[in-house]
Amino acid sequence: MPRLSPPFEQRARDLIGLYPHPRSALVPILHLLQEQDGYLTEDGMAHVAELLDLAPAEVRGTATFYDMFHFEPVGKYLVAVCTNIACMLQGAYRLLDHAEERLGIAPGGTTEDGMFTLEDAECLALCGNGPCVTVNWRYFGDLDPDGFDALIDDLRAGRLDDEVPPHGTLGRVRRSVGTPGTEARVATEARTDGHSPAPAGAEPAAAAPAGAGQQGARPPVTLDTHRSTAAVSSVDAAHLEGLQ
Amino acid sequence: MSEQSPTTGAEPRLAPRPYLTESAVGTAPPAAQADGAVTVTIDGRQIQAKAGQLIIEAADEAGIYIPRFCYHRRMKPVGMCRMCLVEVSGPRGATLMPACYNPVAEGMEIRTDSPMAKKAQEGVLEFLLVNHPLDCPVCDKGGECPLQDQTLAYGPGESRFVEEKRHWDKPIAISPLVYLDRERCIQCGRCVRFAAEVAGDPLIDFAERGDMTEVATFPEEPYSSYFSGNVVQICPVGALTAKPYRFKARPWDLEQVESTCTTCAVGCRVALQSSQGELIRMIGVDSDPVNWGWLCDKGRWGYEGWKGAGRVTVPLVREGDQLVESSWGEALAAAANGLRSAMEKRGGAGVAVVGGARLANEDAYAWAKAARLALGTDNVDAQLGDGLPAEVLLGLPRATIDQAAAAPLVITLGPDIKDELPVLYLRLRGAVHEQGTQLVEITPAPTGLTRYASETLLYRPGEAASVARALVAAGSGGGDGIDRARAHIARAGQKAAPGAPSIVVILGRPSLAEGEGGVVAAARELAGLPGVAFLSALRRGNVHGALDLGLAPGVLPGRVSLEEGRAWFERHWGAGLPAERGLTTAGILEAASRGDIGALVLLGADPLADFPDADLALRGVLGAGFVVAVDTHLTESSRRADVLLPAAAWSERRGTFTNIEGRVTWLGQMVTAAGMSWPDWMIASELSARLGVDLGFARIEEVWEEIARVSPLHRGLPYDLLAGVSHRDGIVAPVGAEPVRPARALDPMADPGIQSAELHKVVSTSLLFSATSTVPEPDGQAPGNALAPAGGPPGGEQEEAPAPPAFLRVPAWDGVVAPPVDTPGLRLVSRRTLWDGGTLVQNSPSLAGLAPEPALRVHPSALAALGAADGEAVRVVSERGSLSVAAVGDPEIPRGTAVLAWNLAGARAAGLVDAAAAATAVRVELADGSGGQGGGDGG
Ligand code: SF4
Ligand code: SF4
Ligand code: FES
Ligand code: FES
Repeated sequence: MPRLSPPFEQRARDLIGLYPHPRSALVPILHLLQEQDGYLTEDGMAHVAELLDLAPAEVRGTATFYDMFHFEPVGKYLVAVCTNIACMLQGAYRLLDHAEERLGIAPGGTTEDGMFTLEDAECLALCGNGPCVTVNWRYFGDLDPDGFDALIDDLRAGRLDDEVPPHGTLGRVRRSVGTPGTEARVATEARTDGHSPAPAGAEPAAAAPAGAGQQGARPPVTLDTHRSTAAVSSVDAAHLEGLQ
Repeated sequence: MSEQSPTTGAEPRLAPRPYLTESAVGTAPPAAQADGAVTVTIDGRQIQAKAGQLIIEAADEAGIYIPRFCYHRRMKPVGMCRMCLVEVSGPRGATLMPACYNPVAEGMEIRTDSPMAKKAQEGVLEFLLVNHPLDCPVCDKGGECPLQDQTLAYGPGESRFVEEKRHWDKPIAISPLVYLDRERCIQCGRCVRFAAEVAGDPLIDFAERGDMTEVATFPEEPYSSYFSGNVVQICPVGALTAKPYRFKARPWDLEQVESTCTTCAVGCRVALQSSQGELIRMIGVDSDPVNWGWLCDKGRWGYEGWKGAGRVTVPLVREGDQLVESSWGEALAAAANGLRSAMEKRGGAGVAVVGGARLANEDAYAWAKAARLALGTDNVDAQLGDGLPAEVLLGLPRATIDQAAAAPLVITLGPDIKDELPVLYLRLRGAVHEQGTQLVEITPAPTGLTRYASETLLYRPGEAASVARALVAAGSGGGDGIDRARAHIARAGQKAAPGAPSIVVILGRPSLAEGEGGVVAAARELAGLPGVAFLSALRRGNVHGALDLGLAPGVLPGRVSLEEGRAWFERHWGAGLPAERGLTTAGILEAASRGDIGALVLLGADPLADFPDADLALRGVLGAGFVVAVDTHLTESSRRADVLLPAAAWSERRGTFTNIEGRVTWLGQMVTAAGMSWPDWMIASELSARLGVDLGFARIEEVWEEIARVSPLHRGLPYDLLAGVSHRDGIVAPVGAEPVRPARALDPMADPGIQSAELHKVVSTSLLFSATSTVPEPDGQAPGNALAPAGGPPGGEQEEAPAPPAFLRVPAWDGVVAPPVDTPGLRLVSRRTLWDGGTLVQNSPSLAGLAPEPALRVHPSALAALGAADGEAVRVVSERGSLSVAAVGDPEIPRGTAVLAWNLAGARAAGLVDAAAAATAVRVELADGSGGQGGGDGG
C-alpha cells in the first residue's frame, strides 16, 4: 500500500509550513493522499501521521469524521446524488432510484468495471439547481433521469475529461502562496487523461494563467458555472491575481 | 467517654505531634489565601472560591456534588458529556452551563437542584442511555459504575427511545491487556484524553465521529502503552475492561485496603482489592504529591506475579543437589548453623547480607539490626551494583517529585525514566507540558523523555562527568547544546520560587554497562549548581527505605553513618557494633569469590540475574561456602541456596515503604501470607534468636515502636495516622521537617471502584507512643536531643541521653574523580525496559509476553561497516563474554554506541559487563564469526 510519493510528500511539507501548528495541515494533507490514491490507505495515513508527528489513530480519528474521505477504493467517477431537502422536493429520490438502476449498484457500491461509485449525499450546496449530483466533486445540476443518463454516457466516453478531474482532485488551482520556495504562482492540473492516480513524479504543471481552470468545453448538462469546491489547499484564483 | 475497646486496651496515649495539621479528613487542603477569592452562591450557600476556579471544583471543595462523566480533575476539562449542567443566574437571566467548563465569577448564583438543572440532568442521562445496552448484570463495572449510580440518582427513570440501538462486536481487544465494548461507551473522552494528554501515547482516538462515534485504535496498531490500565480505571462505564480482572469478581464482593505499589521506587498509592482471600485488582489512588491516581501497567498487574506458581511457600533445605521441603525449625537451624560456622572462621567479616529492596522499612530495620548484632557484620548492601553509593544518594540535598515538577529546570542523569520509574515520567512529562519546565538530559542514548527535552546532551558511555563539568563551567564552549543548556541554567535561577530548588537533578544510573564512578563524578559537578536539589532515580522497590534503615555498608538506620551513629545505636541496641565499615555488593562478591566470605544471605536478591557483571556474580555465589536466600520466588540465585526461607510478599504484610523522595507511606496487608511464608522482620528476628541474639521483636508493633523511637530519621513517625486514609500521602523523612496535612478526599467518579469502605484497623496505637515521648518541632532541622528513648537506655539507668547522630551529609567529594576511560571502539549502553525477563514480569501470565525481542541497536553506519543487514543476528563480544542477538540500525543511536536492553531472555547484557570497568567495550561480529566491528582489534 502506497505512502505519499516524493512529490506529494513535498507538497505535504509545503502545506505544513503554512500553519503555526503542523497538525493543522492534517485535513489538507489527507486530501493530497486521496488525490494520489483515490482513497486513504492505511500506509498512507501512517505516513501522514509520521509527517505531522501524530499517532496514526489520531489521523484516522479525524479522517473518518469526513464523508469526503474514502477508506476503500472507489471507482474512476464518484457520483454523489444529493438527497437533502431542496433536492428531495425536486425529485432527488427519483433520481437516485434511477441512478441505482442505471448503474446497477446501491449507494456505497462500485460498478464491476470500476468506473462508478454511487453515493447519496447531504446538501451539496447547489440547492437552487436541484436535483443535483457531483462527479468527483464537480457539479451537475437540474438533472432528470435523462440528463443523468447523458451524463453517464459522456463520462464513459471521456467527453468530460476536461471538466471532471480524477477522483480525489480537490482544487484545480493549487495554493502556492506562502509555500516555501515558490513565488505567488498558479498551477493547474495539467492532466486531461483524467483517470489514473497521478503517476509518481507528476509535478504540478507549469504555471498557467489564473483562471485556467474555468476553461474547457461546456458539456450539455452542466451548469453555466463550474465552481470547484473551495478547499483549504486552494485559494481563489482572483486573489492570486491580485497578488501578482 | 465510651468504654474501652477490648482489643486495643488503653486509650492510645499519643504524644503531641505539632507538625501534623489535624483538620478534618475530606476537606481539601486550605486554599491558597485570599487574593483572587470570589464569593458565589451554590444552592443557596455562600461559598468562597478562587478566581478562575471551575464551578465544579468550587462545589467539590464546598462538599456540593455535581454529577459528571467527562470531568476528571487530573485532566483538562472538555465539557463533552453535559452531565454537569447547572443553572447559573446572571445579568441575562438563568442559563444552563457545564460546571466543569465554566469558571466561577463574583456574585454568581448557581443551582444544581433547580427544576431547570434537574430537567437537564434527566435529559442528558436519557440521551446517554439511548444507545447503551443496559447489560449491567454481565458488566464488570456493575456495582461501581458512575453511569449506574448517577442514572439512579439523577436520571429520569424511563426512556422514550424505542428505536434499535447501535450494535458492535463486543468486546474487542485493543491491546493484549485492554478490551473495549463500544456499545457501553458514552463518548466521554476520558480514555482518549488520558492517552494523549497524560501519557503522550495517543494510540486510541474517536473514529467515525457522528452517530457512529467509536473509540478506536489504528488497524494493526494496538493500544500498547505502559499506562493502558489507567483508561480502564477512569472509564465511567464498563466500556474498557482489563483482561487480568475480567469476570473475576463483583465489586460488592471485594475487600480493600490502601497501600503503596512496591514494584518500583516511585511508590504510587494504590487500593489493593481481594475476593475470597485472593488479590484480584489494584486501582491507583489519587495521592497529590505522588501519582495523581495513575499507575503504570507493571505496577497495576504485577500482582499476578505474587500469586503465581513461582512462589516459594515452604522452607527449603539443600540435601545434595536437591532443595527439599522442610519445617521452619529445621530450616532456621540449618541457616543458623551455616552462618555460625562461617562466623567462627572469620568473624563478622566472613558473612555478608545482600539485597533488601524487596523489604518493607520494618524488615530492613530488623535485618540491619540483625546483621550488625547477630551476624556481627557491616557487610550489608541493599543495592546490587546497579545503584549509587548510599552517601551520595542520602547525603545530597533532596527534592520531592512536586519540587521537580515545579522547578524551572530539571536535569536528568539517570536511566530511561519512562521504563524504570513510569509514573515519575508522567509527572515530568506533565510538568514540561503544563508548566513549561525545561528538561536537559545527560544521557548516553536517547530515552523516552528525549522528545520532551529542551536539550539532550549525549555523552560517550563512561564520560558523563566531562559533560557535567562543561555544563557547570562558567563561560561558553563545549558545543551548542552545552551552551543552550547553560542558558537554561542561568534562566532557572531567575525563575525559581523562593525557598524551592531552581534546578532538580534526577540522579541514577544512566546505563548498567558503565561504572558508577563516572556518574558519581558527574553528580559532584552538578552538586555545584546554584539552587540545586536531587531526586533519586533508583528503581528497585523499597531500595530507599532499605538505605534509610541501614542496609548499606557504613550506614546505620536513620540515615546516619556507622561512625557518627555508633554511640547512639550501641546505647539503644545495648551491644557493640562491627568495628569496620563493610563491603558493597561488588566487594562482597569479590571477597566471596576469593573464599573470604563463608556465608552469604540474599534478601530477595538475585545477583546472578541482576548484578551488572554476571561472571563476578557467579564466582561470588559459588565462592561463598553457604548461601541463605530469603525470597518469595525461585530465582537463578535462590535456586542455588543451601537454605531457602520463604518470605511474605508485598500485600501479605503490613509496614511502611520509602520512595525516591524519602516519603514514608503505608503498606497495607490484603491477603494472608502465601503458604508458610513469614514477613522478613520475623525471619530476621527468629534467625537472630537461633544465633543467640534477641532483637526484641515479637510483634510488628514492636518494630514500629523501636523505629519511631530510635531511628533519627523516623522519630515520632505516626504509624497510626499513616495506616489510615487521612494520611495516605505519607510523610517525607526526616519526620517533623515539614508540616503534614491530611489528604484530599477522593472523587468516586474520577476513579470508580475505590470503595469508601473503612480500611482495616491495623494499628494498635497504644504501643507506639508513650506519654513521655515528645516529637521534634517542625523546624526543618535534624531532631534535637529533646527525645529521650521511651524505654530508657537498654539496661542502664536514666542517665543523660546522648544527642542523636547527625544525618549523612554531602559526601566528601575529594577523591571523587571520573575514572579514565580508554575504551576504543563501540561502547555498550544497557538499561532496563519496563517489560523484561525479570522475576515479576515473567511470573505474571498477563505480562510475560510483553517483553520485547532483544536487539542490539546501533547507528546504521555500524551495520553498514560490518556488512550486516538490518535485523541480522550478530555476535556481541566483550572482554567478559559474548552473546548473539539481532542487530538493528537506528539513526538516533550515537555513533560509537551500542544499546542493548538489560534483561531480556536470550540476551542478558550482564554477561558482557565488567563491574570494575568504567565502560564496557564491545565488538560486533557477523554471526558466522567474520568481520569484527568496533572493537580494539576488530575492523
Ligand atoms: S471508552 Fe469509557 S472512557 Fe473512553 S470514551 Fe467511552 S466511556 Fe469514556
Ligand atoms: S510507577 Fe512504580 S510505583 Fe507507580 S505503579 Fe508503576 S511500578 Fe508501581
Ligand atoms: S439540498 Fe441538494 S444541494 Fe442543497
Ligand atoms: S460536560 Fe461537565 S462533566 Fe462532562
